[in-house]
Amino acid sequence: MKITIMGCGRVGAMLAGLLDADGHTITVLDTDAYAFRRLPATFGGTALIGSGTDEEALKRAGIQEADIFIALTQGDNRNILAVQLAKHVFNVPRVICRIYDPLRQEVYNTLGIECFSPTTIIARLMQEKIEGQEA
Amino acid sequence: MYIVIVGAGRVGYYLTKALLDEGHEVLALEKNNRVCETVNEELGSVCVRGDGCETMTLDSVGAGRADMLVAVTGDDEDNLVACQVAKYRFNVPRTVARVRNPQREPLFKKLGVDVTVSTTNIILEVIQQEVPTHAITHLLSMRDRGLELIDIRITPGTPTIGRMFKDLPVPKEARLALIIGKEGQPRLPDPTAKIELGDQIIALTTPEQEQAVRSALRGS
Repeated sequence: MKITIMGCGRVGAMLAGLLDADGHTITVLDTDAYAFRRLPATFGGTALIGSGTDEEALKRAGIQEADIFIALTQGDNRNILAVQLAKHVFNVPRVICRIYDPLRQEVYNTLGIECFSPTTIIARLMQEKIEGQEA
Repeated sequence: MYIVIVGAGRVGYYLTKALLDEGHEVLALEKNNRVCETVNEELGSVCVRGDGCETMTLDSVGAGRADMLVAVTGDDEDNLVACQVAKYRFNVPRTVARVRNPQREPLFKKLGVDVTVSTTNIILEVIQQEVPTHAITHLLSMRDRGLELIDIRITPGTPTIGRMFKDLPVPKEARLALIIGKEGQPRLPDPTAKIELGDQIIALTTPEQEQAVRSALRGS
């Protein structure tokens, strides 16, 4: 599958490496070229400088042919804008969005955007670990 | 009317002030504490510190009973999210967003923002009007009706000078409304009226036919 990832932070770079190793065609976008240092040495995909909220940059990243678009930058609102751009302007079949704010994540979930909140996930995980040990 | 404003920077501050003067109930949301305090000192307690994109903040200021939410922060993303949360979570009937990148206007409209205001386009249009040799100027955009009011100037050397309006291939979707002569005297664009040097022709057209109107009237 052709997958575009916006944001080459720890999560973005690791996911790009994993999916690339599984044989998918990956394009990673980041506004800072220095971020690409996090990509594994074996990474065979494309790393492009550019913002995922910029239509021209998205076109250069081949968004028109992408099967999945994933937004993983630090900015919730930037991720939200980017996935809606990918979904509604470029008709990408599947978009996934990271939203730190759990309440905002809920709103966009009801709007039909596939999104997850690391805040909720990690808090629940910690809770399970702590309460699991007590029992 | 109860109006919530997101972002109390320069645009937000003057907007809050103007709406208060008109007698509306206005509340501004601002992330920066210092900016928030300044607004409260100058305008009275109208600014609450908080992120207008957050559901909790909007809930705490009673966004559910707001008639309108206007997002005027300097960030397009923040303005979009504030409007979407207001619209889909709190059912605010009318949302307005300031847009810096004019390319994004159609997307914002599609995503539930009722009105977009592109500051970049507004500044461009005002500057264009001040350039005397510019042949075509947008006076007003009636986007909900798909029409534009434009102003075409007849500059020296225009090939159509002296020709009658009925002989010019003006597209039928467009309507010539008024001619303002060099000295400022208005004339009606009757079929037998002639184009003169220094004329300013006001026309109503669809955006698609804009260039065709211009070519017809200026012969270029």
